[in-house]
Amino acid sequence: MSDTTLDGLAVQLRRDILEMLYRCQSGHPGGSLSVLEILMALYYKTMKTDPSNPGWEDRDRLVLSKGHGCPALYAILANKGFYPREDLWNLRQLGCHLQGHPDMAKTPGVDANTGSLGQGASIAVGMALAAKHKKASYRVFAVLGDGELQEGQIWEASMSAAHYKLDNLTFILDHNGLQIDGANDEVMGLGNVMDKFAAFGFECFDVAGHDRDAIAAALEASVSGKPKFVRCRTVKGKGVSFMEGNAGWHGRPMNAQEFQAAMKELGGKQNG
Amino acid sequence: MAESKSLRVAYGEALAELGAVNDKVVVLDADLAHATMTSLFQAKHPERFYNFGLAEANMMGAAAGMAHSGLIPFASTFALFGTGRAYEQIRNSIAYVNANVKFGLSHSGLSVGEDGGSHQSVEDIALMRVVPNMTIFVPCDSAETRKAVFAAAEIDGPVYIRVARPVVETFTGPDTPFVPGTANLLREGKDVCIVATGLMVKEALTAAESLAGRGIEAAVLNVHTIKPFDSEAVLAAANRYGAVVSVEEHSVIGGLGSAVAETLAGKSAAKFCRLGIQDRFGQSGKPADLFKAYGLTPAHIQEACLKLLGKNV
Repeated sequence: MSDTTLDGLAVQLRRDILEMLYRCQSGHPGGSLSVLEILMALYYKTMKTDPSNPGWEDRDRLVLSKGHGCPALYAILANKGFYPREDLWNLRQLGCHLQGHPDMAKTPGVDANTGSLGQGASIAVGMALAAKHKKASYRVFAVLGDGELQEGQIWEASMSAAHYKLDNLTFILDHNGLQIDGANDEVMGLGNVMDKFAAFGFECFDVAGHDRDAIAAALEASVSGKPKFVRCRTVKGKGVSFMEGNAGWHGRPMNAQEFQAAMKELGGKQNG
Repeated sequence: MAESKSLRVAYGEALAELGAVNDKVVVLDADLAHATMTSLFQAKHPERFYNFGLAEANMMGAAAGMAHSGLIPFASTFALFGTGRAYEQIRNSIAYVNANVKFGLSHSGLSVGEDGGSHQSVEDIALMRVVPNMTIFVPCDSAETRKAVFAAAEIDGPVYIRVARPVVETFTGPDTPFVPGTANLLREGKDVCIVATGLMVKEALTAAESLAGRGIEAAVLNVHTIKPFDSEAVLAAANRYGAVVSVEEHSVIGGLGSAVAETLAGKSAAKFCRLGIQDRFGQSGKPADLFKAYGLTPAHIQEACLKLLGKNV
């Protein structure tokens, strides 16, 4: 897909995300908007997937460890053809396969159940270790939230990723600096995440987190004998001015005025 | 004299044996391979053994990822650290999606002995029993442990095998049935049924023998599968004998006794009493001394049966 097409698609996906969240009057807009370009780089540039065969054994795997960002993933999977786009409008409704947090048993194309923070990192380690074990060539990507780095399990998983030399594993950080109770640094400072992951044995990359090409380049960079860490500097609520950089939009629903204002700002085609 | 063997040794041997016939089996441990005896698997299949160090939460999550990739991971540590520390990983990463992960967790119950209350899991069955999709095996001796390991590999979904540490007599045989979810009636009776699990099964058989000397015929039902629970067998026993005593090396809250109570409630007028750990923590001591102190000996079981039947103790 051309970059111009992807630019247009990014607008469309943001519209889809907001409409999904507006319709169900729940969910997490801030982190869904900040993670979008990371997931677009993965699904439109880097990962091998097959929408007609979601369980393809040699596909690359994505573990959205920050599972609350799943509206962005759901919008992309629909666009890729894993299921009809109309499904998006039933997000979080009884009987819909699109759960509040990702469920691989229900949603085609979802590779892991996440939502309880910290756990996705370990699941990804297990998948990457299994690939090595089976001598399979697929890669495993885990997208982590920054608040999530406060979970001890992230560091247990990181230690094991380096121990088992999982160069088929990449941890990608959606570093928007905000979590539910406020700025990371006020809630529980993360310190220098680049230095921390380097100390844990990762090859580290630092990129502008809304630059799909920069993200993809870091994902493609060759690394041998150690896992990769890509810190993506992002903006929470990216694309909607009144949500940008505002921790209050972590998990609050939009009212009608806010929704209309956000859609107007995004522009692009009308949904429906 | 029958053979005696620790259940944990039987667990390690069974894993090594299973590994030889099923190449999907991988074994994970958290720096306790020489205590859980997964070291026996490691010695035979070093390329399929993964140590995760002292990081149980990560081990359980990684096991889920390996299961998602088509492997059959058996993850081991002590029962307390597996079901306790990694509870939510088992709940969310494994059971929620019915991931095909097995956890054989050793050093369960009071019989860890000298290590004391910090290491004695008396609540692990309760923790696992409330988790949907979970299967729970509590083997009573080495022969049953081996069967539990092989049966676990055939089940598509999470299985908890509760493994005890002590060396105990192997009193069931290779031909004793082990059908997951089907309790085994090991001894027929007339007056009372002792429903037991794990190491308490042998204690129940000994108690039944003593009761016979006093003219009381006690049946013994071995509930090796706590979940799915064989409520049909328990209800049938309650209706047939009119008196039921449950006994387990676990809290009376949430384990076998609770499962029996849930089965009998509203459906049976049988007299019923629960033996087990009475809502307290363990402490250091020799396993036999602890069983005495916590009311888990054949004498205690006999006494409970007599009291339930209104006889003099």
